[in-house]
Amino acid sequence: MIQDFNLTLYGVSLSSRLMLGTSQYPSPAILADAARASGAEIVTVSLRRESARLKEGQDFWRLIREIGARVLPNTAGCYSVKEAVTTAQMAREVFGTSWVKLEVIGEADTLQPDVFGLVEAARILAADGFELFPYTTEDLVVAERLIEAGCRVLMPWGAPIGSGKGLNNLFGLRALRAHFPDVPLIVDAGIGLPSQAAAAMELGYDGVLLNTAVAKAGDPVAMARAFGQAIEAGRAAFLAGPMQPRDMAAPSTPVVGRAVLT
Amino acid sequence: MTLIVNGEPREVAAATLAAALEALDYGEAKVATALNGKFVPARLREATPVKDGDKIEILAPRQGG
Repeated sequence: MIQDFNLTLYGVSLSSRLMLGTSQYPSPAILADAARASGAEIVTVSLRRESARLKEGQDFWRLIREIGARVLPNTAGCYSVKEAVTTAQMAREVFGTSWVKLEVIGEADTLQPDVFGLVEAARILAADGFELFPYTTEDLVVAERLIEAGCRVLMPWGAPIGSGKGLNNLFGLRALRAHFPDVPLIVDAGIGLPSQAAAAMELGYDGVLLNTAVAKAGDPVAMARAFGQAIEAGRAAFLAGPMQPRDMAAPSTPVVGRAVLT
Repeated sequence: MTLIVNGEPREVAAATLAAALEALDYGEAKVATALNGKFVPARLREATPVKDGDKIEILAPRQGG
């Protein structure tokens, strides 16, 4: 039985298995409150063009510093290896971390990863000292290639980014988990409900990364708390060893000693 | 001379990337820079010349998923 409730990613021990995105909240204050309520110790951030007049990025950075979580910069919106590599290099300097959530997007409608570009970018960045969190699919061979490239964490999608559809390919996610028992696996994207996050944890996933499900909830702070609880419950359930499902009913009340009242 | 700054043409009198940032009023802002698609670390900005038509990207922290 695994007793460790902490998650270790690139040598950093974390007590929360929820990673939270910082985008699309109704206000900066609600983002800060939701992040705290979720218990997340890692929040994702991005890099965008800064206007000298507005300097929006500087205010956002102050807010993130106040929240106090470790940042995981992404390369969201990059469609080529070159864009992703350059964005990662820029992020390392600005955020002062070698961690990067590596995204190389292949298709605009599904925002699914270009796994070929992803592996190539991972190889370049890992050789340059980056610690990578690649946003990938549940494909086993791609996962192998990413690990060969130097990734020590994998982040397969549950469903397309922002879709809220949950775990689209349970079989694939289960196979990935079984195939890589020692690699931290985090379901990233597509989660819409706490029950879906709990389901990922019950499969033995090490964590969940989500954003829209919290940011677009009627009450993002309450939803952030609910996700934190669901992920803890799912992890505890996995460690407790779920029962095997069966096709036919099996009485839970003892049959022996049943009264005969006919 | 004209520099393309974050996609917009700007008239800037500067010989280096560091001078261009100063002229564009970025001051001490926490930004990362790229020149013609290539990352330029902060420590190299003073030694990086800029010329008419160069494309500069100036990025800063922002919300992300």
